[in-house]
Amino acid sequence: MSTILEVAGMSASIGSQQVVESVSFSVPDTGITAVLGRNGVGKTSTLRGILGLIKRKGEVTLAGERIDGLPTHRIVQRGVGYVPEDREVFASLTVAENLALAERQANPRRDFVAHLFPDLVERRAQMAGTLSGGQQQMVSVARALLNDNRLLLVDEPTKGLAPRIVNEVAGALEEASRTVPILLVEQNLEVVKRLAKDAIVIDGGRVVHRGDAREILGDEELTRRLLGVHGDAPADGHGTEERA
Amino acid sequence: MSTLVLVLVTGVGLGALYFLVASGLSLIYGLMHVLNFAHGVFLTLGAFLGWEVASRIGATGWPAFLLSILVGGLVGTAFATVTELALIRPLYERHIEQVLVTVGLAFAAVALFEGIWGSDPIFITGPAWLDETTTLLGARIPNVYFVLMIAATALLASLVVFLRYTRYGMIIRAGVENRAMVTALGIDVKKSFTLVFAIGGSAAGVGGVLAAHYTGYVSAHLGQTLLIFAFIVTVIGGLGSLSGAAIASVLVAVLQQLANYYLGGTGDLIVVVALAVVLLVRPRGLLGRRPA
Repeated sequence: MSTILEVAGMSASIGSQQVVESVSFSVPDTGITAVLGRNGVGKTSTLRGILGLIKRKGEVTLAGERIDGLPTHRIVQRGVGYVPEDREVFASLTVAENLALAERQANPRRDFVAHLFPDLVERRAQMAGTLSGGQQQMVSVARALLNDNRLLLVDEPTKGLAPRIVNEVAGALEEASRTVPILLVEQNLEVVKRLAKDAIVIDGGRVVHRGDAREILGDEELTRRLLGVHGDAPADGHGTEERA
Repeated sequence: MSTLVLVLVTGVGLGALYFLVASGLSLIYGLMHVLNFAHGVFLTLGAFLGWEVASRIGATGWPAFLLSILVGGLVGTAFATVTELALIRPLYERHIEQVLVTVGLAFAAVALFEGIWGSDPIFITGPAWLDETTTLLGARIPNVYFVLMIAATALLASLVVFLRYTRYGMIIRAGVENRAMVTALGIDVKKSFTLVFAIGGSAAGVGGVLAAHYTGYVSAHLGQTLLIFAFIVTVIGGLGSLSGAAIASVLVAVLQQLANYYLGGTGDLIVVVALAVVLLVRPRGLLGRRPA
């Protein structure tokens, strides 16, 4: 199996605070790779560092090409889709405008997105700020799926969503992962078990473990030590102990 | 009654002039978070060069007036574009330095204009109709106010159409909300920075020519004087809100004119008091976004 993304010795900072400390890992060019870790260990910052949304050092290579010297929009144009934590839809733009802004190619995959999220088609004229949290998440995921990307960076897509919507979003990511590799930050361990093949565990801004996602989550001691939760934690993935 | 109508209509006309300046300021701050103290320079340069062209062709009629407006707009656009590319862009995300460079440019430009055109006001003449009046509900309204209102309405309508129906307009609206996310969709938001500077410069340049006809003269300080009120309008309307700037322009100018006439020339004081009240009661302005 070849890799689509190589991160080597990447550190990242927000202002004067270092939030990622020399992480190194690779992402295979198929399937979903989960990034796991307690709250505040630098998972989101790792994704944002890859995209150049925060200041970072180190090497980031996409499909053999160094991208760490490029501005964010050029990295995205090279085929990296991004679903941010907290959705970040443009509230004063309609659903259609949010999606239109994300279209980068001549033939965007509108039919695919409409198939995954038919609700958005009905609500295309609605202001995104008036959508429910779940619908906003669909807009956010749809924006990343409109283009033929080489990699998706997806940050906590099920955070704060009702179980039915969690299932819908997870289903959409599962379907998308058949055509594009995904690097997924996710706290909901049930979703991770369902979607991810590999997992990277980050702690203290560093990669501390890497392996098969189900094996990691199946090892209760390892899960408790690395994630601060039980592997069979409830569906919201938020364990009751040691949660940072 | 006719006096009140006169005060109100001239207030709306003055508000139109404020909006020509404030619209650009508001868009620039909304997208780029740059407080552009050099915005008055675009206005003054537009006024001077518009007057230069009109006077050199030796005409005071409508063709010369329209040509001077065109020149003012083009000059404002060009100078604003150069300012963004040469001075603002290298200081991207360094807001204090950006403010300092625009303040420096404003001072330097005024000195340069005084060097070229002198420090005394240059009195100008335009089409005779502008100096005449039209009677409205018994009030004799100077025609130049109607021109200001038409120009500001046309600008507002054009901006609304541009922002709502074009891709760049969509990018600017999205960028005002969340610039980082726009770049994360693969869009080079810096092109939009140049564009909003160009649009703001164009409006200010046109505003400069009209301001010269409104005051009857061009001077090196024309832009800076108007800029103070444009900033007040922008803050009261809500930084980054075009609609807020439009509403606040009219409110502030009408209030100013009413106070000038009925409260013994206290218009400027009342405007500053209004600014203080808005900052204390509603710091984000009339239609400004709530801080995230």
